[in-house]
Amino acid sequence: MELTFENNIPIYIQLLDYLKIYLISGVFKPGEKLPSVREFATTFKVNPNTMQKALSELENKNLIYTERTNGKYVTNNKELIEKLKDEYAVTLAKSYFQGMKRIGLGKAESIKYLEGIDE
Amino acid sequence: MELLEIKDLSKKYENKYALKNINLKLSSGKIIGLLGKNGAGKSTLIKLINDLLTPTDGEILIKGNKVGVESKKIISYLPERTYLNKQMRVNEVLNYFEDFYDDFDIQKAKRLLKDLDLDDNQKLSKMSKGMQEKVQLVLVMSRNADLYILDEPLGGVDPATRDYILDTILSNFNENASVIISTHLISDIERILDEVVFIDKGEIALQSDTDELREKENASIDEIFRRMFKC
Repeated sequence: MELTFENNIPIYIQLLDYLKIYLISGVFKPGEKLPSVREFATTFKVNPNTMQKALSELENKNLIYTERTNGKYVTNNKELIEKLKDEYAVTLAKSYFQGMKRIGLGKAESIKYLEGIDE
Repeated sequence: MELLEIKDLSKKYENKYALKNINLKLSSGKIIGLLGKNGAGKSTLIKLINDLLTPTDGEILIKGNKVGVESKKIISYLPERTYLNKQMRVNEVLNYFEDFYDDFDIQKAKRLLKDLDLDDNQKLSKMSKGMQEKVQLVLVMSRNADLYILDEPLGGVDPATRDYILDTILSNFNENASVIISTHLISDIERILDEVVFIDKGEIALQSDTDELREKENASIDEIFRRMFKC
């Protein structure tokens, strides 16, 4: 899992984004044990302190939790993950419509374009 | 206690200040970028921390003690220019380092050399400049030091090797150690930095957490640096 980063956005925010996608898409499943900060940092080739910061943010949102001696786990609360997915989808949709608006296309027209695209 | 504390440090060459009134505190477990243009004073500062120059004013404390024989044991320093005898073979240099530094991990050095496809039977004089730089970095990162100071470690290496060097720095530093990297190649290195220190005309212009600075200025460290020190 090699990630790429933009230098103009805080690295921990970009990491947080990648981690959210992993949770939403089930790369890490509810209740599953996560790699250690060190392992994560090595795999993603980031500074361990930055990795720690991204994981703390996830923990603040209750998406992961720490078992005192055992490490970090994905929440068992599937609803939280669903909610995350929903929020993420809304963000993607908004950015699509914003892009279309910039070239003068309204919502209805934009949806037509979506329907015209084969996956 | 701070790993490194610099108090009111100045260095004057004849009548010109190379460094003026530097105050700086660095704690353990961080990777710090010392960033500045050519001639800003980066190397002078690094040489002072390594006790290779004498301050005109002020003092430098490493774990609370003035720099000297003891601090050299816990600082692993990569100078801008090599000091190794080029007639030596790589394995001779390894043995030399093992004799010289109690904290040198020769097995680790051999492993890193192998990763980089370097032949430890080869004489340094037969190696390219880039290969010599890699050997030197391997030597420095194979010590179990408290503070690693790398002066322009990316100078003459290709992009693939540069990535390997950054990974080596990341995977070899631990929470008890810190790494100071001086460079003017900011965009190559900024993703691994916890903190940045901008140095300009011998003075500290800015010290900040890297991500906080990106967030505040909505730009990369490289961009922020260019804006501040536009020629």
